[in-house]
Amino acid sequence: MDILYKIFIDPFVQMGGAPDLLVQTLWEGLVGGVLYALIALGFVLIFKASGVFNFAQGIMVVFAALTLVGLHEHGVPAYVALALTIAVMFGLAFTIERLVLRPLVNQPDIILFMATFGMTYFLIGLGELVFGGNPKIMIASELGLPRGAIEIKMLGGFVSLQKIDIAAAIIASIMVTVLAIFFQKTRIGRALRAVADSHKAALSVGISLEQIWVIVWFAAGIVALATGIMWGARSDVSFALEIIALKALPVLILGGFTSIPGAIVGGVIIGVGEKLGEFYWGPLLGSGIESWLAYVIALIFLLFRPQGLFGERIIERI
Amino acid sequence: MRVKYLALGLSLAVAGSAVIASKATAQEGIFVPLLTYRTGPFAGSGQPIANGMNDYLQMLNERDGGIGGVKLLIEECETGYDTKKGVECYEQVKAKKPVVVNPYSTGITLQLIPKAAVDKIPILSMAYGLSASAVGNDFPWIFNPPATYWDGLSMMFRYIGGKEGGLDKLKGKTIGYVFFDGGYGREPIPLLEQFAKDYGFEVKLYPVPAAEMQNQSAQWLNVRRDKPSWMIMWGWGAMNPTAVKEAAKINFPMDKFIGIWWSGGEDDARPAGADAKGYLTLNFNGVGTSYPAIKDIQKFVVEKGKSQVDKTKVGENLYNRGVYNSVLIAEAIRNAQKISGKKVVTGEDVRRGFETLQISAARWKELGLTDFGAPITSVSCTDHNGHHAAYMQQWDGAKWVKVSDWIAPMKDKVRPLLEAAAKDYVTKNQPWPKRTEPCDKSS
Amino acid sequence: MFYREAGQFKTSYSADESVFPILQDRIGIAVILGLAFVVIPLTATSFTLSSVLIPVLIFSLAAIGLNLLTGYTGLLSLGTGGFMGVGAYACYKLTSLFPNANIIVLILASGFFSAGIGAVFGLPSLRIKGFYLAVATLASQFFLSWCFVRVPWLVNYNVSNAIEVPTRTMFDIPITGPNATPMTRYLVVLSIVVGMTWLASNLLRGRIGRTWMAVRDMDIAAELIGIRLYRTKLLAFAVSSFYCGVAGAMMVFLWLGAAEADSFNINQSFLILFMVIIGGLGSLIGSFFGAAFIWGLPIVLKMLPEFFGVKIHAATVEHLQFMTLGALIIFFLVVEPHGLARLWQIGKQKLRVWPFPY
Repeated sequence: MDILYKIFIDPFVQMGGAPDLLVQTLWEGLVGGVLYALIALGFVLIFKASGVFNFAQGIMVVFAALTLVGLHEHGVPAYVALALTIAVMFGLAFTIERLVLRPLVNQPDIILFMATFGMTYFLIGLGELVFGGNPKIMIASELGLPRGAIEIKMLGGFVSLQKIDIAAAIIASIMVTVLAIFFQKTRIGRALRAVADSHKAALSVGISLEQIWVIVWFAAGIVALATGIMWGARSDVSFALEIIALKALPVLILGGFTSIPGAIVGGVIIGVGEKLGEFYWGPLLGSGIESWLAYVIALIFLLFRPQGLFGERIIERI
Repeated sequence: MRVKYLALGLSLAVAGSAVIASKATAQEGIFVPLLTYRTGPFAGSGQPIANGMNDYLQMLNERDGGIGGVKLLIEECETGYDTKKGVECYEQVKAKKPVVVNPYSTGITLQLIPKAAVDKIPILSMAYGLSASAVGNDFPWIFNPPATYWDGLSMMFRYIGGKEGGLDKLKGKTIGYVFFDGGYGREPIPLLEQFAKDYGFEVKLYPVPAAEMQNQSAQWLNVRRDKPSWMIMWGWGAMNPTAVKEAAKINFPMDKFIGIWWSGGEDDARPAGADAKGYLTLNFNGVGTSYPAIKDIQKFVVEKGKSQVDKTKVGENLYNRGVYNSVLIAEAIRNAQKISGKKVVTGEDVRRGFETLQISAARWKELGLTDFGAPITSVSCTDHNGHHAAYMQQWDGAKWVKVSDWIAPMKDKVRPLLEAAAKDYVTKNQPWPKRTEPCDKSS
Repeated sequence: MFYREAGQFKTSYSADESVFPILQDRIGIAVILGLAFVVIPLTATSFTLSSVLIPVLIFSLAAIGLNLLTGYTGLLSLGTGGFMGVGAYACYKLTSLFPNANIIVLILASGFFSAGIGAVFGLPSLRIKGFYLAVATLASQFFLSWCFVRVPWLVNYNVSNAIEVPTRTMFDIPITGPNATPMTRYLVVLSIVVGMTWLASNLLRGRIGRTWMAVRDMDIAAELIGIRLYRTKLLAFAVSSFYCGVAGAMMVFLWLGAAEADSFNINQSFLILFMVIIGGLGSLIGSFFGAAFIWGLPIVLKMLPEFFGVKIHAATVEHLQFMTLGALIIFFLVVEPHGLARLWQIGKQKLRVWPFPY
């Protein structure tokens, strides 16, 4: 009885007892979820256009942030460094397309997946060789990102909103909107959706696959840079950030590998779900359950929709 | 075409593997391998330590021509904080007859503990590793001075007691413990719970899983709910700066937030900057470059470009921690030379050197490191740790400041726990070899 | 001309069913086994044995395990590290409960625990496929890692939270623990790996293996011809985890000597996956090649600068090693996406037709 009470009643009593903490938890979950969604977005873009499950997205986040901070450390002004980093990400996308994707065209998915592991290793080595492995402080204030917190008195307590988190949420939504418009309204966006539907058909109507690939990898690189800045500002820029990127995977299976809105909704569900779970139910299991809770949430959804919330329905024929 | 490329690649790989049959170098000297990690997620903490260890030993080579006239052959082996690579490193250096092995990772230390007695190589795990290995009768080859984690915890409580006006004032209060969820962070829990019983406070545990080191907002929300009077942290690597930032975020009073000595790097507090002002950690080595020996390192090693360190980072806390580690090695070797009368000592001699290790305040001064560490006086045959004092340091927004005198641990509380843990280890690992090594008189 | 099957007739059913129908293969395997069992133990250094050969063999076994699942049944799994951990922790519990039992038997027995857990975590495979399944298996990886840290019973309430390997003997020769010589450990590992590989190769040639491959090629078609999917998939998960579990137990007991939960983290899973893919999906011999390549290459790269007398910092070597490994993985995939095993076949073909090109 006691255990049932602890599972089903007590957490809600706590939520009612301290509503300010509930709001705070929801907010933390939302921000975490938005950042997961950003990483997942990078995955989705690439998966949609080239069918590659890009494991290197995590290291691209680190690499982008490191390049930005590293350049700044060498005396490059912040905004110039930002521009240069974007250029580097473009170079990276171009190189990957040339050296990895093009030679591997038409190979099984798992081979491409493996190739992204190779990229991960290469980028880890390169990043450490060039910038060193020591953690760096994100140049948040130099980039004009706000610092500090807003404290709102409410519900008999206070809720503290970090300005950087608010900025993260805003930037993430702008990014998603821009990407959505880009894919819906521009010529390149339409070409990209054509490629996602069928490579062969797209090729036959004269769409250049190479060009599309460079563009999506570049877009994923920019998303990675934004993620790196945000997450770097929350803690610091180090290779440990790569681990965080794994958190995008449950978001992906929840939202579907091919759906941009899926990545966003999935991110928020996972972010809020894991924070609520950890905060209210975690102590029952000795806390620290966040590492697998996200997967469990995703799996429960998967049992009902095997292709994710927004994934395309797979019709199998013989 | 394809086959040709492949043949090329494969032949390169095969040609490379021929190298494996490498020959041991037969240079005259004392071989001191350093297992370090400058890569991977923990590189931030690993680099300054590796530099400090390396540079002090280099400096001895450059300034004094080694120890007792014998050059030290220093070799780094990169572990990436990975236990599998660590064992590989150990096997690799073992062939070259090292006088001491320095694993710099608790995981690697645990793997080496049973091997040390068989291979006759002493292991120095400075204030990390298996705390129970302080019991010299059961672990004759393992040394973990100057203090164990349990000592560290007891020192924190002495400090807390001082601030609260007596440990009995803790009655009815709550103390939070945020820790790396693994062997390292879990080790202090038994003593913490015993303290809770003794002094009547409540303990709240906030584990941080390895994958969530940079994502701690849930833990700190719990802290905000539970409102502990003090927070204690056992963190490492990227976990530290994140925890400090999160603590600042929930407005936790920073001067009630105490970290263990591995949470006290400059890079741990710096990202939070002024917000981290007041954050406390234990420390057992001096910080800064004002010591003559550190100045010698700058003169003989850093200025000559023989170090990998960034010049401005000499004298930072973890760098000096590395120096401290090397002082222990160097003094043990010196001691071994004295006892054995040999110039080129072996691992067995150095084991004896460690057991009779004495670094008095005068000796610290002689080394050019006045008051750099607490005097090492009580390492002995039976006590391989010594339970030496540490001090509390505080972040003033830009650097670490010493805010307490040397705090002695509660040896009476710690030692019985250690003995019990050692006994437990030995019974579980039966048949465990009985100590056969004779004891030397302390010099 | 060196490798000619022509003229080797099969005159009985047993000859037709033999594992190595060709004389050259039989000679080849005899030479390899002779080398592995006799020549290498006599000549190799202790470093080569304990840091190169033992890990390569153990990882080969784990790679075979994953290959059964991913290469033969087509179910991508990222939970290998967790299953290896189950084997290791099970073996530790078994040996502390039955200190007098033969350790080799316990190592093999611990595979069954892993198989059970593997079958449970294989359940989602009935509903989901492809990369979705891969990510779902990550759940088992993270959940098992969490259990290794959180359940003190698993480590016998050790304060260090790690499992430590006690000395165990057979015929008065220490097999595990610090006193076991690298040579003994190598021979034990080799025997287990050879035995289990032989078992796997027979399993794959039989009905079970064929149903797995049918499911891999197209599961709906397989279902239509009367293969029960859930049974086949779960069996694949169980057998695969059995192999991984034994490999995990060997990793701790015969190689590392102690382990924390961290030894079975996600990177371990990825490492085994690399070996399978680089070695060649759906090939037993490829598992050995892959393990040797992925484990051996960093060691070789580490030693290269020293060999050429170049002084490079250990950290720089590590960085370059990462870059080279990454570049080589991509290089090999581009040049031969079917892995090193395919290369082996090409080599055999060349020997067959030499000196003519076709």
